[in-house]
Amino acid sequence: MKVSMTVNGKSVSRDVEPRTLLVHFIREDLALTGTNVGCDTSSCGACTVLINGESVKSCTTLAVQADGADVMTIEGMASEDGTLHPIQKAFQENHGLQCGFCTPGMVMASYSLIKENDHLDEKAVREGLEGNLCRCTGYHNIVKSVLAAASEMGA
Amino acid sequence: MTTIANASSGVIGQPMLRREDPKLLSGEARFTDDLKIPGALWIGLVRSPFANAKIISIDTQDAKASPGIVAVYVASDLQSEWAGPIPSAWQVTPDMKSPAHYPLASGKANYVGDPVAVVVGNSPTEVADAVALVDVSYEELPAVVDLEEALTDANVIHEELGTNKCYVWELNPNPQGIEDAFKSAAHVVKERYIQQRLIPAAMEPRSVAVVPSPMGGDYTLYSATQIPHILKVMTALTVGISESKIRVIAPSVGGGFGSKLDVYPEELLCLALARKHKVPVRWTEERTEGAQATIQGRGQVQHIELAADKDGKLLGVRADIIADMGGYQQLITAGVPLLGAFLYHGAYHTPTYAFKCTGVYTNKTPTDAYRGAGRPEATYAIERAMDSLAKTVGVDPAEIRRRNFIPTESFPYNSPAGLVFDSGNYGPNLDQALTAVGYDTLRADQEKRRAEGSTKHLGIGLSFFVEMCGLAPSRVLASLNYAAGGWESATVRILPTSKVQVVTGTAPHGQGHETVWAMIVADKLGISVDDIEVLHSDTSIAPHGMDTYGSRSLSVGGSAVHIATERVLEKAQKIAAHLLEASEDDLEYQGGIFSVKGSPDKTMPLAAIAFEAFTAHNLPDGLEPNLEATTTWDPPNFTFPFGSHIAVVEVDEETGKVELLRYMAVDDCGPRVNPLIVEGQIHGGLAQGIGQALYEEAVYDSAGNLLNATFADYLLPSAAELPTFELGNTVTPSPTNPLGVKGIGEAGAIASPPAVMNAIVDALSHIGPIQIEMPASPERVWKAIQAVRA
Ligand code: FES
Ligand code: FES
Repeated sequence: MKVSMTVNGKSVSRDVEPRTLLVHFIREDLALTGTNVGCDTSSCGACTVLINGESVKSCTTLAVQADGADVMTIEGMASEDGTLHPIQKAFQENHGLQCGFCTPGMVMASYSLIKENDHLDEKAVREGLEGNLCRCTGYHNIVKSVLAAASEMGA
Repeated sequence: MTTIANASSGVIGQPMLRREDPKLLSGEARFTDDLKIPGALWIGLVRSPFANAKIISIDTQDAKASPGIVAVYVASDLQSEWAGPIPSAWQVTPDMKSPAHYPLASGKANYVGDPVAVVVGNSPTEVADAVALVDVSYEELPAVVDLEEALTDANVIHEELGTNKCYVWELNPNPQGIEDAFKSAAHVVKERYIQQRLIPAAMEPRSVAVVPSPMGGDYTLYSATQIPHILKVMTALTVGISESKIRVIAPSVGGGFGSKLDVYPEELLCLALARKHKVPVRWTEERTEGAQATIQGRGQVQHIELAADKDGKLLGVRADIIADMGGYQQLITAGVPLLGAFLYHGAYHTPTYAFKCTGVYTNKTPTDAYRGAGRPEATYAIERAMDSLAKTVGVDPAEIRRRNFIPTESFPYNSPAGLVFDSGNYGPNLDQALTAVGYDTLRADQEKRRAEGSTKHLGIGLSFFVEMCGLAPSRVLASLNYAAGGWESATVRILPTSKVQVVTGTAPHGQGHETVWAMIVADKLGISVDDIEVLHSDTSIAPHGMDTYGSRSLSVGGSAVHIATERVLEKAQKIAAHLLEASEDDLEYQGGIFSVKGSPDKTMPLAAIAFEAFTAHNLPDGLEPNLEATTTWDPPNFTFPFGSHIAVVEVDEETGKVELLRYMAVDDCGPRVNPLIVEGQIHGGLAQGIGQALYEEAVYDSAGNLLNATFADYLLPSAAELPTFELGNTVTPSPTNPLGVKGIGEAGAIASPPAVMNAIVDALSHIGPIQIEMPASPERVWKAIQAVRA
């Protein structure tokens, strides 16, 4: 089957098997390996991407379901010149990552959390990121990062 | 040593942001599964669905005929591939019993997940489809699951061993003394605790890829491993390939926590099959598969007894534990409990001490190191038992600890178990934590709630931990029969353009060595960290190393970097003296520039010296060209970090639900090179320890099935379950290494389980003496309350 979508601002079009998951399409067909696979039960959020601005676990979505959509992965977050997005910057400044495996998913999930909420407080961030697991940071600095990014982005 | 080599420019101690982050944050970093490897075959493992079963026959016909499948092998097909069994590096006693363990089980499967066949094919999906077509017929045998039952030998797992008992390891330096201590004691506390099995659950699943080079018989082994160097030696020995032909690279590695400190069947199979098929061979673990195929942590039944005088001062500590090996030995399975063997008296002085550990095989996934490895178990036992002792004696938990602390003036302290605790200052650390948390106010709140008849009880739990880390002095490892040393290697190389390369034998997977090692060098050389590159985790670039585990990297590997930098600077000083026509003693060094005392215009930057060392046109007689030093540092002792942890919980008597309201940790890991990273390590350790206390357990049924193998069933704490942590610190330098550092990677996971459990017991203490095991689920807490009420 042919699927076409915009990924990180570029139009892409490929032939895929109908059973291809979006995460595999992104990682294998598009060679965008920043999006990770951390589980097989849609529990960890390592695969989180944005579809039309909303965060989605790309391991639970078929590539064909994203046909025609605007998809953003971690590779699309920084600007062309490599300047990190305020969320990425906040993660670095607050030591919100260690091994970095959960990080792309965390950043994407944080993006939609910040966009969708005017006033984020600690509790809202903790609950909003419940679907994204991190085994390294104990979340302390992730929460700090997201709050810092939210205030930077004017949320 | 010259004063110049002792220079510091104040970089150490700064909360410098990590240089690792931009590529991890932008998706540019490559984990093993991210590597594009053209022409690679994939493997998939056929795993036993039974915990204990004879393999009667394996029919691979249909799998072989399945689309995209290249080959299917059972154990006998590959026997000639192995020069030896999967290595176990720790024969803890001369008579320790180990079953032969090969990448594929033959004859018998010994845990659910034990691989019995391997499928090789063109893609992971085709391989997965064919794995399901391999038809294995088994004769199921009764599973041996419970540790105490296993020791009865009613069912022996490995017939050839004749018993399930793996070893008995004892430490009893003064048998008569400890008997007498217990006889004369005014108070005796006897406790039994369970250390449940835990799934390490690093977020990156394991992954391996082996690429043979077309000519010459060389292999590059990429693996999501913590131990590229150890893996190289071990795969060479096991697959029978010269060590010089194997290059191991650990690309970005997504956490380990001990679970990637191992040599796994899949690594050996990929290497052997790449040799056999002469093409790249790779594998990536499925998460649910990993719950069974990757080692698990803990798994102990602990008996601890304390003898104390009428004031609660310890007279003796005796621990007797049973440790679950699982179905086989992995790399250091048998030795893990012994990393705690010397610490069951915790931070307290006791005149007598005895420890005994019985290792036992069960039909479960092998155990091995998991964050803390042996020390969380020891700390849990002593810290919970100290609370019981406080109750028995009738004093506050803080007071019982104070009365027993190893006095500050006794350091270095010769422990009754035969260790030398390097340095410590426990009392002030505890006082700081109690003040910071507002201990007295919390106690008053607790009373108030009780007086008001609230059903939501406040509990305050204390845990004072001391651990031994910085693995390890090689001679001590020898005395424990460990098969390798504990040194670490470093090279510091100033290139002709004055850029600095630091080569380290540590293998970071989230700990930030690229930042911290550069800070150590920058501090000494007075140059920017931006001019320093840290190379690691590739055995061709960093040929010597003992890798990363056991909170060793900074105290051992960082010290090596520090020493190599000093040596480079000493050499630079010789060249500078020669070029400036001054005596070495007359030189000063600051901000990367040598100058002659009293003649401020006579200067020479390190950059110029590096170039001179490279051209070698004008070097002092007898001095070799280039500015480079390599050192191998073997620490003279372990380091002994310590700290006070306090958990504040609310326990709902009606539902059994425990809410962790606050968590305070005052750690002492010596000077903190980068406080940002130190605190991050503590946070992560706390989350894992709190997970052990409240949520996590690998649950097996009586048939040996793991009931919660998926992330949907195994409760890893999410952000919503954890509070913001409150941290403080004290600084007691270690005299055993030049940086004075102690190690912090495991502290959080070591200290927190007893803090949380003591808090729960404390919350309910007015109801009765609650007996509760980890994880303290609402159901367990509720049942424990009913039990004391009945
Ligand atoms: S990979 Fe875990 S939720 Fe998608
Ligand atoms: S940073 Fe390692 S899993 Fe989150």
